Amino acid sequence: MEMVLRQFDYWATTYRRTWRGSVVSTFVMPLFYLLGMGVGLGAFVDDQSRSELPDGVTYLEFIGPGLLATMVMMTAMFESTYPVYGNIKWTKVYEAMLATPLTVVHVLNGHLLYVAFRTASMSAVFVVVLAGFGIVDSVAGGIGALLAAILIGMAHATPVFAYSARLKSDSGFAPLFRLGLLPMFLFSGAFFPIQSLPDAIEWLAYLMPVWHGVELCRNLILGTGDWGADIGHVGYLVTWIVIGWGLARWSFGNRLAEGA
Amino acid sequence: MSDSDTEPTATADEPEFDGPMIVAKGLRKRYGTLEAVCGIDVTVERGEAFGFLGPNGAGKSSTMRMVAAVSPVSAGELRILGMDPATHGPQIRARLGVCPQLDTLDMEISVRENLTVYGRYFGLSRAECASRADELLDFVQLTEKASGTVEALSGGMKRRLSIARSLINSPDVLLLDEPTTGLDPQARHLVWERLFRLKQRGVTLVLTTHYMDEAEQLCDRLVVMDKGLIVAEGSPTDLIQAHSTREVTELRMGVGEHDEVATQVKDLADRVEVLPDRVLLYTDDGERASVAVHERGLRPASVLVRRSTLEDVFLRLTGRTLVD
Repeated sequence: MEMVLRQFDYWATTYRRTWRGSVVSTFVMPLFYLLGMGVGLGAFVDDQSRSELPDGVTYLEFIGPGLLATMVMMTAMFESTYPVYGNIKWTKVYEAMLATPLTVVHVLNGHLLYVAFRTASMSAVFVVVLAGFGIVDSVAGGIGALLAAILIGMAHATPVFAYSARLKSDSGFAPLFRLGLLPMFLFSGAFFPIQSLPDAIEWLAYLMPVWHGVELCRNLILGTGDWGADIGHVGYLVTWIVIGWGLARWSFGNRLAEGA
Repeated sequence: MSDSDTEPTATADEPEFDGPMIVAKGLRKRYGTLEAVCGIDVTVERGEAFGFLGPNGAGKSSTMRMVAAVSPVSAGELRILGMDPATHGPQIRARLGVCPQLDTLDMEISVRENLTVYGRYFGLSRAECASRADELLDFVQLTEKASGTVEALSGGMKRRLSIARSLINSPDVLLLDEPTTGLDPQARHLVWERLFRLKQRGVTLVLTTHYMDEAEQLCDRLVVMDKGLIVAEGSPTDLIQAHSTREVTELRMGVGEHDEVATQVKDLADRVEVLPDRVLLYTDDGERASVAVHERGLRPASVLVRRSTLEDVFLRLTGRTLVD
């Protein structure tokens, strides 16, 4: 861990230089979504189909935690694409780090920790905003959702790290965003219960880590659901993190040890 | 940089290693089916300036990456500071300075931050990083640029910053992969002068280059590599003695006359080489050869008598065919 923390100054310096640029996408954009969809669309949806939503919640209550989970997914994935690829191919930041006592695993974990920080800081703001709308059931639930958000972030960051470190050209990101991120965003269960989808897509949604993240955040923030289901969701996210980390470690090792 | 930083001093918890800094025996590097380094033996002593010369693709950079303990050895034996890179990579890298062929500076942070952040990777305290950064910026004459961005630096300044960064941990061995490629003459001379000062302070320098003047300026000893093998080894003067003559007489004749002239002057030199634009006479007395050429009634458009250089050795050993 000491070796990972040796990178703290680097990431802190980078963050100081770049955080302004990310304020809109990570803090303001979620707020727009909440206002537009939760409040605006919510007024319309609640009139029509209040009884359709599980646990009789309002649309704002339904979509708020879902937005948290999907925004974390998006931030984590973006932070794991160009920044990783760029550090290998363009700026050679990793190569410079690896000429020091740091190893591939230290470098990988250092960058992942930075992504975890980015998702956590964004989630903290988001949870506070949700509390402002009065939909956070308890402080413990809010903190739980924050921890869940970090799991969601890592479950998406680790496999995308592995993917980005294998790419020979950045054109590989277009299919990831269009065929990976976009359907995961839409069919995450954040905007409507996935039971409304055709069976095949519904089952696909169950396989996606983001659906488990959405459900987990919703249960924790609204104080609904049961512990058994939550533990299942956490277990599923952790499984993705473990496998994703293994792949990222392998992919980083292959790419960086030979300095492609 | 203070003297105590660069003097090789032994500390209690880390007994000073007094064998050769780098020992390679039968060292090989394979990438799939391609063998870039095909079994080389190299020993670099403490305080020495050692050069790897060779055309592109000779295996210099592959060798350097193995020595830098970042690229695994495919076969053979390699010891750096007495340690095996396969098992002691981090310990070795802690005592090396690496100045890569392409700058790996961080464009998004300031010139000074490039040094302070890097020092932290070696476990130095923030205070140490700060004071060393200032000393090193002074050493490479970039103090005025300290708070500016790296992007605003010229190529030569970036190279000097790379060298400063590679010195942040006060390394025992400094590895430089083509330290002056792409720099203008003024910038090259400034880099050479700084490297020479480091050498005087006892830092072991290992560099790759395909500039012969660079090798002659900096290296005590060097190896010439070609196609993954060492084809010659020695000091610059040894190599010139062994593989070339003391002087070279260059004759420029009319177009198409070169081959004929070459046969006429064959006996005047140890070796005659015909190039598209010149005939080269390798001889120990270039002036005498020049006089003899005129005595035979030949009237070259121009005659140049010069000392033999490493370049002659290099081209003799690795050929004149263009390597991409």
